[in-house]
Amino acid sequence: MRNILIVARKEIQEGLRNRWVLATTLLLAGLALSLTFLGSAPTGTVGVRALDVVIVSLSSLTIFLVPLIALLISHDAIVGEMERGTMLLLLSYPVGRWQVLLGKFIGHLSILAFATLLGYGAAAGALAATGAEIDAESWIAFASMIGSSILLGAAFIAVGYLVSALVRERGTAGGIAVGIWLVFVLIYDMALLGMLVVDQGRTLSGGFLNALLLLNPADAYRLFNLTGTAGVSAFSGMAGVAQTATLGPYPLLAALAAWTLVPLGLAALAFSRREL
Amino acid sequence: MTGTVEIRNVVKRFGKVEAVRDVSFSLPEGETVALVGHNGAGKTTLMKLMLGLIRPTGGSIKVLGDDPAAGQFEARRRLGYLPENVSFNTALTGHETLAFYARLKREPGKSVAPLLERVGLTHAASRRVGTYSKGMRQRLGLAQALLGEPRVLLLDEPTTGLDPALRQSFYEIVEELRGRGATVLLSSHALTEIEERAGRVLIMNRGIKVADGTLDELRRIARLPTRIRLKVTDAGLTNVPNWLGPVEGWRRVNGHMVEIDASPERKIEVLRRATDEGAPVEDLDVVPPTLDELYAHFLLSQETAR
Ligand SMILES: Nc1ncnc2c1ncn2[C@@H]1O[C@H](COP(=O)(O)OP(=O)(O)O)[C@@H](O)[C@H]1O
Ligand SMILES: [Mg+2]
Repeated sequence: MRNILIVARKEIQEGLRNRWVLATTLLLAGLALSLTFLGSAPTGTVGVRALDVVIVSLSSLTIFLVPLIALLISHDAIVGEMERGTMLLLLSYPVGRWQVLLGKFIGHLSILAFATLLGYGAAAGALAATGAEIDAESWIAFASMIGSSILLGAAFIAVGYLVSALVRERGTAGGIAVGIWLVFVLIYDMALLGMLVVDQGRTLSGGFLNALLLLNPADAYRLFNLTGTAGVSAFSGMAGVAQTATLGPYPLLAALAAWTLVPLGLAALAFSRREL
Repeated sequence: MTGTVEIRNVVKRFGKVEAVRDVSFSLPEGETVALVGHNGAGKTTLMKLMLGLIRPTGGSIKVLGDDPAAGQFEARRRLGYLPENVSFNTALTGHETLAFYARLKREPGKSVAPLLERVGLTHAASRRVGTYSKGMRQRLGLAQALLGEPRVLLLDEPTTGLDPALRQSFYEIVEELRGRGATVLLSSHALTEIEERAGRVLIMNRGIKVADGTLDELRRIARLPTRIRLKVTDAGLTNVPNWLGPVEGWRRVNGHMVEIDASPERKIEVLRRATDEGAPVEDLDVVPPTLDELYAHFLLSQETAR
Protein backbone atom coordinates (compact mmCIF):
# COMPACT_ATOMS: atom_id res chain seq x y z
CA MET A 1 0.00 0.00 0.00
CA ARG A 2 2.79 2.36 0.87
CA ASN A 3 4.46 1.82 -2.49
CA ILE A 4 1.21 2.67 -4.24
CA LEU A 5 0.94 5.95 -2.36
CA ILE A 6 4.60 6.79 -3.02
CA VAL A 7 4.05 6.35 -6.76
CA ALA A 8 0.74 8.26 -6.64
CA ARG A 9 2.37 11.13 -4.82
CA LYS A 10 5.13 11.39 -7.41
CA GLU A 11 2.58 11.33 -10.21
CA ILE A 12 0.70 14.22 -8.59
CA GLN A 13 3.94 16.09 -7.97
CA GLU A 14 4.82 15.76 -11.64
CA GLY A 15 1.33 16.81 -12.69
CA LEU A 16 1.61 19.95 -10.58
CA ARG A 17 5.09 20.67 -11.90
CA ASN A 18 4.36 20.33 -15.59
CA ARG A 19 1.11 22.30 -15.26
CA TRP A 20 -1.24 19.46 -16.11
CA VAL A 21 -3.27 20.15 -13.00
CA LEU A 22 -3.40 23.87 -13.60
CA ALA A 23 -4.30 23.55 -17.28
CA THR A 24 -7.05 20.99 -16.69
CA THR A 25 -8.58 22.90 -13.81
CA LEU A 26 -8.59 26.20 -15.69
CA LEU A 27 -10.05 24.57 -18.80
CA LEU A 28 -12.87 22.88 -16.92
CA ALA A 29 -13.60 25.93 -14.75
CA GLY A 30 -13.56 28.28 -17.75
CA LEU A 31 -15.89 26.15 -19.83
CA ALA A 32 -18.16 25.39 -16.88
CA LEU A 33 -18.50 29.06 -15.97
CA SER A 34 -19.26 30.14 -19.51
CA LEU A 35 -21.79 27.36 -20.00
CA THR A 36 -23.44 28.26 -16.72
CA PHE A 37 -23.97 31.89 -17.56
CA LEU A 38 -24.35 31.77 -21.32
CA GLY A 39 -26.50 28.68 -21.06
CA SER A 40 -28.96 30.03 -18.54
CA ALA A 41 -29.53 33.29 -20.43
CA PRO A 42 -31.53 31.92 -23.38
CA THR A 43 -33.68 29.61 -21.28
CA GLY A 44 -34.36 32.45 -18.91
CA THR A 45 -34.58 30.07 -16.03
CA VAL A 46 -32.55 31.75 -13.37
CA GLY A 47 -35.22 30.50 -11.02
CA VAL A 48 -35.53 27.39 -8.93
CA ARG A 49 -34.26 25.00 -11.59
CA ALA A 50 -31.19 26.98 -12.58
CA LEU A 51 -28.76 24.32 -11.32
CA ASP A 52 -30.61 21.59 -13.21
CA VAL A 53 -29.95 23.43 -16.45
CA VAL A 54 -26.29 23.65 -15.48
CA ILE A 55 -26.21 19.91 -14.82
CA VAL A 56 -27.53 19.20 -18.31
CA SER A 57 -25.00 21.43 -20.01
CA LEU A 58 -22.07 20.39 -17.83
CA SER A 59 -22.70 16.70 -18.31
CA SER A 60 -22.72 17.21 -22.07
CA LEU A 61 -19.42 19.01 -21.70
CA THR A 62 -18.09 16.18 -19.56
CA ILE A 63 -18.89 13.55 -22.15
CA PHE A 64 -16.63 15.29 -24.65
CA LEU A 65 -13.93 16.63 -22.45
CA VAL A 66 -13.33 14.25 -19.55
CA PRO A 67 -12.64 11.14 -21.68
CA LEU A 68 -10.30 13.24 -23.81
CA ILE A 69 -8.35 14.55 -20.82
CA ALA A 70 -8.29 11.10 -19.22
CA LEU A 71 -6.94 9.46 -22.36
CA LEU A 72 -4.40 12.23 -22.83
CA ILE A 73 -2.86 11.70 -19.41
CA SER A 74 -3.13 7.92 -19.39
CA HIS A 75 -2.18 6.66 -22.87
CA ASP A 76 1.47 7.57 -22.25
CA ALA A 77 1.70 6.21 -18.70
CA ILE A 78 3.41 2.91 -19.42
CA VAL A 79 4.71 2.93 -22.97
CA GLY A 80 5.96 6.51 -22.56
CA GLU A 81 7.98 5.71 -19.46
CA MET A 82 9.35 2.63 -21.18
CA GLU A 83 10.42 4.64 -24.20
CA ARG A 84 12.04 7.32 -22.09
CA GLY A 85 13.82 4.64 -20.08
CA THR A 86 12.48 5.74 -16.69
CA MET A 87 10.44 2.55 -16.27
CA LEU A 88 13.58 0.43 -16.37
CA LEU A 89 14.95 2.15 -13.29
CA LEU A 90 11.62 2.25 -11.44
CA LEU A 91 11.04 -1.48 -11.87
CA SER A 92 14.51 -2.25 -10.51
CA TYR A 93 13.21 -0.95 -7.17
CA PRO A 94 11.38 -3.05 -4.59
CA VAL A 95 7.97 -2.25 -6.03
CA GLY A 96 5.54 -4.56 -7.82
CA ARG A 97 4.33 -3.71 -11.29
CA TRP A 98 0.70 -3.73 -10.19
CA GLN A 99 1.68 -1.28 -7.45
CA VAL A 100 3.21 1.03 -10.05
CA LEU A 101 0.05 0.83 -12.15
CA LEU A 102 -2.30 1.39 -9.24
CA GLY A 103 -0.16 4.23 -7.92
CA LYS A 104 -0.26 5.95 -11.27
CA PHE A 105 -4.01 5.39 -11.44
CA ILE A 106 -4.61 6.98 -8.07
CA GLY A 107 -2.31 9.86 -8.98
CA HIS A 108 -3.92 10.55 -12.34
CA LEU A 109 -7.42 10.14 -10.99
CA SER A 110 -6.66 12.55 -8.16
CA ILE A 111 -5.53 15.15 -10.68
CA LEU A 112 -8.67 14.69 -12.72
CA ALA A 113 -10.93 14.66 -9.66
CA PHE A 114 -9.33 17.80 -8.31
CA ALA A 115 -9.80 19.62 -11.62
CA THR A 116 -13.42 18.48 -11.98
CA LEU A 117 -14.34 19.29 -8.41
CA LEU A 118 -12.78 22.71 -8.52
CA GLY A 119 -13.85 23.57 -12.08
CA TYR A 120 -17.47 22.50 -11.77
CA GLY A 121 -17.67 23.53 -8.14
CA ALA A 122 -16.68 27.04 -9.23
CA ALA A 123 -19.63 27.10 -11.63
CA ALA A 124 -22.12 26.01 -8.98
CA GLY A 125 -20.60 28.41 -6.47
CA ALA A 126 -20.87 31.29 -8.90
CA LEU A 127 -24.48 30.41 -9.62
CA ALA A 128 -25.31 30.28 -5.92
CA ALA A 129 -23.53 33.61 -5.47
CA THR A 130 -25.81 35.29 -8.02
CA GLY A 131 -28.64 34.53 -5.63
CA ALA A 132 -30.29 31.73 -7.57
CA GLU A 133 -32.44 29.55 -5.36
CA ILE A 134 -31.26 25.98 -5.44
CA ASP A 135 -33.07 23.21 -3.63
CA ALA A 136 -31.60 20.14 -1.99
CA GLU A 137 -32.63 17.82 -4.81
CA SER A 138 -30.66 19.86 -7.33
CA TRP A 139 -27.62 19.90 -5.09
CA ILE A 140 -27.73 16.14 -4.84
CA ALA A 141 -28.07 15.79 -8.60
CA PHE A 142 -25.15 18.17 -9.03
CA ALA A 143 -22.98 16.24 -6.58
CA SER A 144 -23.76 12.95 -8.29
CA MET A 145 -22.98 14.59 -11.63
CA ILE A 146 -19.51 15.50 -10.34
CA GLY A 147 -19.05 12.05 -8.81
CA SER A 148 -20.06 10.25 -11.98
CA SER A 149 -17.85 12.57 -14.06
CA ILE A 150 -14.90 11.42 -11.98
CA LEU A 151 -16.00 7.82 -12.46
CA LEU A 152 -16.20 8.40 -16.21
CA GLY A 153 -12.68 9.80 -16.06
CA ALA A 154 -11.55 6.72 -14.11
CA ALA A 155 -12.97 4.45 -16.82
CA PHE A 156 -11.11 6.25 -19.60
CA ILE A 157 -7.90 6.43 -17.59
CA ALA A 158 -8.11 2.65 -17.18
CA VAL A 159 -8.79 2.18 -20.90
CA GLY A 160 -5.81 4.43 -21.66
CA TYR A 161 -3.58 2.31 -19.41
CA LEU A 162 -4.69 -0.84 -21.18
CA VAL A 163 -3.67 0.68 -24.51
CA SER A 164 -0.42 1.91 -22.99
CA ALA A 165 0.42 -1.53 -21.58
CA LEU A 166 -0.23 -3.29 -24.89
CA VAL A 167 1.44 -1.21 -27.58
CA ARG A 168 5.14 -0.94 -28.40
CA GLU A 169 5.35 2.74 -29.28
CA ARG A 170 4.05 5.98 -27.86
CA GLY A 171 2.80 7.16 -31.24
CA THR A 172 0.65 4.07 -31.58
CA ALA A 173 -0.80 4.62 -28.13
CA GLY A 174 -1.68 8.21 -29.04
CA GLY A 175 -3.36 7.16 -32.27
CA ILE A 176 -5.39 4.43 -30.59
CA ALA A 177 -6.40 6.81 -27.79
CA VAL A 178 -7.78 9.30 -30.30
CA GLY A 179 -9.58 6.45 -32.05
CA ILE A 180 -11.15 5.26 -28.81
CA TRP A 181 -12.32 8.76 -28.01
CA LEU A 182 -13.91 9.17 -31.44
CA VAL A 183 -15.64 5.80 -31.22
CA PHE A 184 -17.06 6.09 -27.73
CA VAL A 185 -17.92 9.78 -27.78
CA LEU A 186 -19.08 10.36 -31.35
CA ILE A 187 -19.34 7.35 -33.65
CA TYR A 188 -21.01 4.93 -31.25
CA ASP A 189 -24.02 7.17 -30.67
CA MET A 190 -24.37 8.02 -34.33
CA ALA A 191 -24.30 4.35 -35.24
CA LEU A 192 -26.81 3.60 -32.51
CA LEU A 193 -29.11 6.34 -33.70
CA GLY A 194 -28.79 5.21 -37.30
CA MET A 195 -29.65 1.68 -36.29
CA LEU A 196 -32.75 2.80 -34.41
CA VAL A 197 -33.90 4.92 -37.35
CA VAL A 198 -33.44 2.07 -39.81
CA ASP A 199 -35.07 -0.42 -37.50
CA GLN A 200 -38.08 1.78 -36.71
CA GLY A 201 -38.62 -0.14 -33.49
CA ARG A 202 -39.49 -3.37 -35.29
CA THR A 203 -36.87 -5.89 -34.17
CA LEU A 204 -34.68 -4.24 -31.57
CA SER A 205 -35.97 -4.79 -28.07
CA GLY A 206 -35.57 -2.43 -25.13
CA GLY A 207 -33.29 -4.95 -23.46
CA PHE A 208 -30.98 -4.95 -26.44
CA LEU A 209 -30.90 -1.16 -26.43
CA ASN A 210 -30.07 -1.18 -22.73
CA ALA A 211 -27.19 -3.56 -23.29
CA LEU A 212 -25.83 -1.36 -26.07
CA LEU A 213 -26.02 1.72 -23.85
CA LEU A 214 -24.15 -0.08 -21.04
CA LEU A 215 -21.44 -1.12 -23.48
CA ASN A 216 -20.35 2.46 -23.83
CA PRO A 217 -19.20 4.23 -20.66
CA ALA A 218 -20.07 7.61 -22.17
CA ASP A 219 -23.67 6.51 -22.74
CA ALA A 220 -23.92 5.03 -19.26
CA TYR A 221 -22.77 8.38 -17.92
CA ARG A 222 -25.21 10.32 -20.08
CA LEU A 223 -28.17 8.23 -19.03
CA PHE A 224 -27.17 8.38 -15.39
CA ASN A 225 -27.12 12.16 -15.34
CA LEU A 226 -29.83 13.10 -17.79
CA THR A 227 -32.47 10.70 -16.56
CA GLY A 228 -31.37 10.42 -12.98
CA THR A 229 -33.76 12.91 -11.47
CA ALA A 230 -37.12 14.05 -12.71
CA GLY A 231 -36.06 17.68 -12.58
CA VAL A 232 -33.08 17.17 -14.81
CA SER A 233 -34.68 14.85 -17.31
CA ALA A 234 -37.42 17.41 -17.88
CA PHE A 235 -34.79 19.80 -19.22
CA SER A 236 -32.64 17.32 -20.99
CA GLY A 237 -35.16 16.15 -23.54
CA MET A 238 -34.29 12.67 -22.40
CA ALA A 239 -37.58 11.99 -20.69
CA GLY A 240 -38.60 9.84 -23.66
CA VAL A 241 -35.45 7.81 -23.67
CA ALA A 242 -35.65 7.46 -19.92
CA GLN A 243 -38.91 5.63 -20.33
CA THR A 244 -37.80 3.29 -23.12
CA ALA A 245 -34.39 2.54 -21.66
CA THR A 246 -35.38 1.05 -18.37
CA LEU A 247 -32.10 1.35 -16.57
CA GLY A 248 -31.92 2.54 -12.99
CA PRO A 249 -28.98 4.50 -11.68
CA TYR A 250 -27.32 1.45 -10.13
CA PRO A 251 -26.80 -0.63 -13.26
CA LEU A 252 -25.41 2.50 -14.91
CA LEU A 253 -22.96 3.11 -12.08
CA ALA A 254 -22.06 -0.56 -12.10
CA ALA A 255 -21.36 -0.32 -15.83
CA LEU A 256 -19.01 2.62 -15.22
CA ALA A 257 -17.28 0.76 -12.40
CA ALA A 258 -16.85 -2.30 -14.61
CA TRP A 259 -15.45 -0.07 -17.36
CA THR A 260 -12.85 1.01 -14.81
CA LEU A 261 -12.00 -2.28 -13.13
CA VAL A 262 -11.88 -4.61 -16.12
CA PRO A 263 -9.49 -2.51 -18.27
CA LEU A 264 -7.39 -1.77 -15.19
CA GLY A 265 -7.11 -5.48 -14.39
CA LEU A 266 -6.25 -6.29 -18.00
CA ALA A 267 -3.69 -3.49 -18.06
CA ALA A 268 -2.06 -4.90 -14.91
CA LEU A 269 -1.96 -8.34 -16.51
CA ALA A 270 -0.46 -7.08 -19.77
CA PHE A 271 2.05 -4.95 -17.89
CA SER A 272 3.14 -7.82 -15.65
CA ARG A 273 3.97 -9.94 -18.69
CA ARG A 274 5.86 -7.28 -20.51
CA GLU A 275 9.59 -7.39 -20.95
CA LEU A 276 11.66 -4.27 -21.11
CA MET B 1 28.03 -22.19 -3.60
CA THR B 2 26.40 -19.33 -1.78
CA GLY B 3 27.11 -16.24 -3.81
CA THR B 4 24.88 -13.19 -3.68
CA VAL B 5 24.12 -13.76 -7.35
CA GLU B 6 23.73 -17.28 -8.79
CA ILE B 7 23.27 -17.77 -12.52
CA ARG B 8 22.66 -21.35 -13.68
CA ASN B 9 22.56 -22.39 -17.34
CA VAL B 10 20.68 -19.27 -18.25
CA VAL B 11 19.40 -18.89 -21.78
CA LYS B 12 17.61 -15.82 -23.09
CA ARG B 13 16.12 -15.61 -26.55
CA PHE B 14 14.49 -12.59 -28.17
CA GLY B 15 12.71 -14.20 -31.07
CA LYS B 16 15.53 -15.51 -33.22
CA VAL B 17 18.28 -13.67 -31.37
CA GLU B 18 19.97 -15.72 -28.67
CA ALA B 19 21.18 -12.91 -26.42
CA VAL B 20 22.44 -15.20 -23.65
CA ARG B 21 23.40 -18.84 -24.25
CA ASP B 22 23.79 -21.27 -21.39
CA VAL B 23 25.67 -18.96 -19.06
CA SER B 24 26.51 -19.94 -15.48
CA PHE B 25 28.43 -18.07 -12.83
CA SER B 26 28.28 -17.10 -9.22
CA LEU B 27 29.22 -13.76 -7.72
CA PRO B 28 30.52 -13.78 -4.14
CA GLU B 29 30.38 -11.01 -1.55
CA GLY B 30 33.04 -8.36 -1.45
CA GLU B 31 34.19 -8.74 -5.03
CA THR B 32 34.25 -6.44 -8.02
CA VAL B 33 33.59 -8.36 -11.21
CA ALA B 34 33.99 -6.83 -14.64
CA LEU B 35 31.59 -7.98 -17.33
CA VAL B 36 33.22 -7.24 -20.64
CA GLY B 37 32.22 -7.86 -24.22
CA HIS B 38 31.45 -6.10 -27.51
CA ASN B 39 28.20 -4.28 -28.04
CA GLY B 40 25.47 -6.88 -28.27
CA ALA B 41 27.43 -9.47 -26.29
CA GLY B 42 24.59 -9.80 -23.77
CA LYS B 43 25.86 -7.72 -20.85
CA THR B 44 22.75 -5.59 -20.44
CA THR B 45 20.54 -8.62 -20.95
CA LEU B 46 22.28 -10.45 -18.10
CA MET B 47 21.71 -7.52 -15.75
CA LYS B 48 18.07 -7.21 -16.73
CA LEU B 49 17.66 -10.92 -16.03
CA MET B 50 19.13 -10.45 -12.56
CA LEU B 51 16.62 -7.67 -11.93
CA GLY B 52 13.62 -9.64 -13.18
CA LEU B 53 12.95 -7.02 -15.85
CA ILE B 54 12.97 -9.87 -18.34
CA ARG B 55 12.46 -13.60 -17.78
CA PRO B 56 15.00 -16.24 -18.79
CA THR B 57 14.05 -18.64 -21.57
CA GLY B 58 15.84 -21.35 -19.62
CA GLY B 59 17.93 -21.84 -16.50
CA SER B 60 17.63 -20.29 -13.07
CA ILE B 61 18.67 -17.07 -11.39
CA LYS B 62 18.94 -16.26 -7.71
CA VAL B 63 19.76 -12.80 -6.42
CA LEU B 64 20.14 -12.44 -2.64
CA GLY B 65 18.01 -15.55 -2.28
CA ASP B 66 15.10 -14.28 -4.41
CA ASP B 67 14.06 -15.51 -7.83
CA PRO B 68 13.66 -12.24 -9.75
CA ALA B 69 11.76 -13.88 -12.60
CA ALA B 70 9.01 -15.02 -10.22
CA GLY B 71 8.17 -11.41 -9.45
CA GLN B 72 9.76 -11.47 -6.01
CA PHE B 73 11.07 -8.01 -5.28
CA GLU B 74 11.95 -7.81 -1.59
CA ALA B 75 15.63 -8.47 -2.31
CA ARG B 76 15.71 -5.41 -4.53
CA ARG B 77 15.82 -3.27 -1.42
CA ARG B 78 19.43 -4.32 -1.03
CA LEU B 79 20.23 -3.97 -4.68
CA GLY B 80 21.50 -0.98 -6.61
CA TYR B 81 21.20 -0.69 -10.37
CA LEU B 82 22.58 1.92 -12.71
CA PRO B 83 21.17 1.36 -16.19
CA GLU B 84 23.11 2.11 -19.33
CA ASN B 85 21.87 5.58 -20.45
CA VAL B 86 19.99 6.28 -17.23
CA SER B 87 17.07 8.67 -17.56
CA PHE B 88 14.84 10.48 -15.11
CA ASN B 89 11.64 12.41 -15.26
CA THR B 90 12.70 15.90 -16.23
CA ALA B 91 10.03 17.81 -14.30
CA LEU B 92 11.31 17.04 -10.81
CA THR B 93 14.42 18.40 -9.14
CA GLY B 94 17.45 16.26 -8.34
CA HIS B 95 16.54 16.23 -4.68
CA GLU B 96 12.90 15.30 -5.32
CA THR B 97 13.94 12.52 -7.67
CA LEU B 98 16.36 10.99 -5.22
CA ALA B 99 13.84 11.40 -2.37
CA PHE B 100 11.28 9.45 -4.40
CA TYR B 101 13.67 6.54 -4.92
CA ALA B 102 14.71 6.70 -1.26
CA ARG B 103 11.07 6.31 -0.19
CA LEU B 104 10.69 3.24 -2.39
CA LYS B 105 13.69 1.71 -0.64
CA ARG B 106 12.35 2.83 2.77
CA GLU B 107 15.40 4.99 3.32
CA PRO B 108 14.97 8.03 5.55
CA GLY B 109 14.67 11.38 3.78
CA LYS B 110 17.76 12.62 5.54
CA SER B 111 19.90 10.15 3.61
CA VAL B 112 19.28 12.08 0.39
CA ALA B 113 21.36 15.21 0.97
CA PRO B 114 24.59 13.38 1.98
CA LEU B 115 24.28 11.17 -1.08
CA LEU B 116 23.93 14.18 -3.37
CA GLU B 117 26.96 15.64 -1.65
CA ARG B 118 28.90 12.47 -2.26
CA VAL B 119 28.35 12.56 -6.02
CA GLY B 120 28.92 16.31 -6.15
CA LEU B 121 25.39 17.43 -6.99
CA THR B 122 24.60 19.54 -3.93
CA HIS B 123 24.78 22.77 -5.90
CA ALA B 124 22.21 21.45 -8.41
CA ALA B 125 19.92 19.66 -5.94
CA SER B 126 17.05 22.11 -6.33
CA ARG B 127 17.27 22.34 -10.10
CA ARG B 128 15.07 20.35 -12.45
CA VAL B 129 16.72 17.21 -13.75
CA GLY B 130 15.77 18.44 -17.23
CA THR B 131 18.49 21.08 -16.94
CA TYR B 132 21.21 18.57 -16.02
CA SER B 133 24.13 17.67 -18.28
CA LYS B 134 24.79 14.07 -19.25
CA GLY B 135 27.51 13.79 -16.60
CA MET B 136 25.21 15.16 -13.93
CA ARG B 137 22.46 12.72 -14.82
CA GLN B 138 24.99 9.91 -14.63
CA ARG B 139 26.00 11.11 -11.17
CA LEU B 140 22.37 11.24 -10.08
CA GLY B 141 22.08 7.72 -11.47
CA LEU B 142 24.99 6.61 -9.36
CA ALA B 143 23.50 8.31 -6.29
CA GLN B 144 20.24 6.39 -6.64
CA ALA B 145 22.15 3.13 -7.10
CA LEU B 146 23.96 3.77 -3.82
CA LEU B 147 20.75 4.29 -1.81
CA GLY B 148 20.38 2.01 1.17
CA GLU B 149 23.86 0.43 1.38
CA PRO B 150 23.29 -2.09 -1.43
CA ARG B 151 24.67 -5.61 -1.06
CA VAL B 152 24.65 -6.08 -4.81
CA LEU B 153 25.49 -3.29 -7.25
CA LEU B 154 24.80 -3.76 -10.95
CA LEU B 155 26.44 -1.00 -12.95
CA ASP B 156 25.88 -1.03 -16.69
CA GLU B 157 28.61 0.93 -18.48
CA PRO B 158 28.71 3.34 -15.55
CA THR B 159 31.53 5.67 -16.54
CA THR B 160 30.38 6.65 -20.02
CA GLY B 161 29.84 10.38 -19.98
CA LEU B 162 31.95 10.98 -16.88
CA ASP B 163 35.09 13.05 -17.13
CA PRO B 164 38.36 11.54 -15.78
CA ALA B 165 38.20 13.20 -12.36
CA LEU B 166 34.68 11.92 -11.85
CA ARG B 167 35.65 8.45 -12.98
CA GLN B 168 38.28 8.42 -10.30
CA SER B 169 35.86 9.38 -7.54
CA PHE B 170 33.29 7.00 -8.98
CA TYR B 171 35.66 4.05 -8.65
CA GLU B 172 36.60 5.19 -5.15
CA ILE B 173 32.97 5.03 -4.08
CA VAL B 174 32.55 1.60 -5.66
CA GLU B 175 35.70 0.34 -4.00
CA GLU B 176 34.51 1.57 -0.63
CA LEU B 177 31.24 -0.34 -0.97
CA ARG B 178 33.05 -3.45 -2.08
CA GLY B 179 35.31 -3.14 0.94
CA ARG B 180 32.21 -3.30 3.12
CA GLY B 181 31.17 -6.58 1.52
CA ALA B 182 29.09 -5.59 -1.48
CA THR B 183 29.12 -7.53 -4.72
CA VAL B 184 29.84 -5.19 -7.61
CA LEU B 185 29.16 -6.22 -11.19
CA LEU B 186 30.50 -3.67 -13.62
CA SER B 187 29.94 -3.90 -17.35
CA SER B 188 32.22 -2.01 -19.65
CA HIS B 189 34.08 -2.00 -22.85
CA ALA B 190 36.69 0.46 -21.58
CA LEU B 191 39.05 -2.34 -20.68
CA THR B 192 42.11 -0.34 -19.63
CA GLU B 193 39.94 1.44 -17.11
CA ILE B 194 38.63 -1.74 -15.57
CA GLU B 195 41.98 -3.46 -15.55
CA GLU B 196 43.10 -2.17 -12.15
CA ARG B 197 39.64 -2.13 -10.58
CA ALA B 198 38.19 -5.58 -11.02
CA GLY B 199 39.36 -8.61 -9.12
CA ARG B 200 37.70 -10.83 -11.63
CA VAL B 201 36.76 -10.59 -15.29
CA LEU B 202 33.89 -12.26 -17.14
CA ILE B 203 34.26 -12.10 -20.89
CA MET B 204 31.13 -12.47 -22.99
CA ASN B 205 30.91 -12.88 -26.74
CA ARG B 206 27.62 -13.19 -28.62
CA GLY B 207 25.83 -14.42 -25.54
CA ILE B 208 28.43 -17.00 -24.59
CA LYS B 209 30.69 -16.75 -21.57
CA VAL B 210 34.14 -17.24 -23.05
CA ALA B 211 36.33 -16.60 -20.01
CA ASP B 212 35.90 -16.13 -16.27
CA GLY B 213 38.65 -15.58 -13.73
CA THR B 214 41.08 -13.14 -12.18
CA LEU B 215 43.42 -11.35 -14.55
CA ASP B 216 46.27 -13.62 -13.43
CA GLU B 217 44.24 -16.74 -14.03
CA LEU B 218 43.22 -15.54 -17.46
CA ARG B 219 46.84 -14.76 -18.30
CA ARG B 220 47.82 -18.28 -17.29
CA ILE B 221 45.08 -19.84 -19.37
CA ALA B 222 45.72 -17.66 -22.39
CA ARG B 223 49.48 -18.25 -22.24
CA LEU B 224 50.08 -14.96 -23.97
CA PRO B 225 53.69 -13.80 -24.17
CA THR B 226 54.96 -11.17 -21.76
CA ARG B 227 56.53 -8.21 -23.49
CA ILE B 228 60.05 -7.45 -22.20
CA ARG B 229 61.59 -4.19 -23.32
CA LEU B 230 65.33 -3.62 -22.91
CA LYS B 231 67.24 -0.40 -23.32
CA VAL B 232 70.55 -1.51 -24.82
CA THR B 233 73.91 0.29 -25.25
CA ASP B 234 75.27 0.97 -28.74
CA ALA B 235 77.77 -1.85 -28.44
CA GLY B 236 75.16 -4.33 -27.32
CA LEU B 237 72.88 -3.60 -30.28
CA THR B 238 75.28 -5.09 -32.76
CA ASN B 239 75.36 -8.58 -31.28
CA VAL B 240 72.06 -9.23 -29.60
CA PRO B 241 71.99 -13.04 -30.06
CA ASN B 242 75.37 -13.25 -28.39
CA TRP B 243 74.33 -12.04 -24.98
CA LEU B 244 70.57 -12.72 -25.15
CA GLY B 245 70.92 -16.26 -26.38
CA PRO B 246 68.75 -18.02 -28.94
CA VAL B 247 65.44 -16.16 -28.45
CA GLU B 248 62.85 -16.11 -31.18
CA GLY B 249 60.68 -13.09 -31.66
CA TRP B 250 62.86 -10.18 -30.71
CA ARG B 251 62.95 -6.92 -32.59
CA ARG B 252 64.54 -3.53 -32.42
CA VAL B 253 62.30 -0.59 -31.73
CA ASN B 254 63.11 3.13 -31.49
CA GLY B 255 66.82 2.59 -32.17
CA HIS B 256 68.05 1.69 -28.71
CA MET B 257 65.32 -0.66 -27.59
CA VAL B 258 65.01 -4.38 -27.97
CA GLU B 259 61.55 -5.86 -27.51
CA ILE B 260 60.99 -9.55 -26.81
CA ASP B 261 57.72 -11.45 -26.66
CA ALA B 262 58.56 -14.06 -24.07
CA SER B 263 56.35 -17.07 -23.56
CA PRO B 264 55.51 -17.80 -19.90
CA GLU B 265 58.16 -20.52 -19.55
CA ARG B 266 60.93 -18.51 -21.25
CA LYS B 267 60.23 -15.31 -19.35
CA ILE B 268 62.56 -15.91 -16.40
CA GLU B 269 65.35 -17.14 -18.61
CA VAL B 270 65.24 -14.02 -20.76
CA LEU B 271 65.21 -11.80 -17.69
CA ARG B 272 68.19 -13.62 -16.23
CA ARG B 273 70.24 -13.10 -19.37
CA ALA B 274 69.23 -9.47 -19.65
CA THR B 275 70.23 -8.73 -16.09
CA ASP B 276 73.39 -10.86 -16.24
CA GLU B 277 76.74 -9.34 -15.28
CA GLY B 278 78.11 -7.81 -18.45
CA ALA B 279 74.87 -7.70 -20.43
CA PRO B 280 74.72 -4.37 -22.29
CA VAL B 281 71.33 -3.47 -20.78
CA GLU B 282 70.75 -0.06 -19.20
CA ASP B 283 67.06 -0.39 -18.31
CA LEU B 284 64.18 -2.81 -18.64
CA ASP B 285 60.40 -2.97 -18.57
CA VAL B 286 58.18 -6.00 -18.19
CA VAL B 287 54.66 -5.63 -19.60
CA PRO B 288 52.28 -8.50 -18.86
CA PRO B 289 49.48 -9.05 -21.40
CA THR B 290 46.87 -6.34 -20.99
CA LEU B 291 43.19 -7.02 -20.58
CA ASP B 292 42.81 -5.77 -24.14
CA GLU B 293 45.11 -8.49 -25.41
CA LEU B 294 43.50 -11.15 -23.24
CA TYR B 295 40.11 -10.09 -24.46
CA ALA B 296 41.19 -10.28 -28.10
CA HIS B 297 42.74 -13.67 -27.45
CA PHE B 298 39.64 -15.20 -25.87
CA LEU B 299 37.33 -13.80 -28.51
CA LEU B 300 39.54 -15.16 -31.25
CA SER B 301 39.86 -18.61 -29.71
CA GLN B 302 36.11 -18.82 -29.24
CA GLU B 303 35.39 -17.66 -32.77
CA THR B 304 37.76 -20.25 -34.24
CA ALA B 305 36.35 -23.01 -32.05
CA ARG B 306 32.89 -22.47 -33.50
N1 LIG C 1 14.27 -6.41 -26.14
C1 LIG C 1 15.01 -6.99 -27.09
N2 LIG C 1 14.44 -7.49 -28.20
C2 LIG C 1 15.17 -8.08 -29.16
N3 LIG C 1 16.49 -8.24 -29.11
C3 LIG C 1 17.13 -7.76 -28.03
C4 LIG C 1 16.44 -7.11 -26.97
N4 LIG C 1 17.33 -6.75 -26.03
C5 LIG C 1 18.53 -7.15 -26.48
N5 LIG C 1 18.42 -7.76 -27.67
C6 LIG C 1 19.53 -8.35 -28.44
O1 LIG C 1 20.27 -9.17 -27.58
C7 LIG C 1 21.66 -9.05 -27.84
C8 LIG C 1 22.39 -8.64 -26.57
O2 LIG C 1 22.09 -7.31 -26.25
P1 LIG C 1 22.63 -6.57 -24.96
O3 LIG C 1 22.46 -7.44 -23.79
O4 LIG C 1 21.97 -5.23 -24.90
O5 LIG C 1 24.17 -6.39 -25.30
P2 LIG C 1 25.27 -5.51 -24.57
O6 LIG C 1 24.68 -4.88 -23.39
O7 LIG C 1 26.35 -6.48 -24.23
O8 LIG C 1 25.74 -4.51 -25.57
C9 LIG C 1 21.79 -8.05 -28.97
O9 LIG C 1 21.93 -8.78 -30.17
C10 LIG C 1 20.50 -7.32 -28.96
O10 LIG C 1 20.16 -6.88 -30.24
MG1 LIG D 1 24.51 -2.92 -23.00
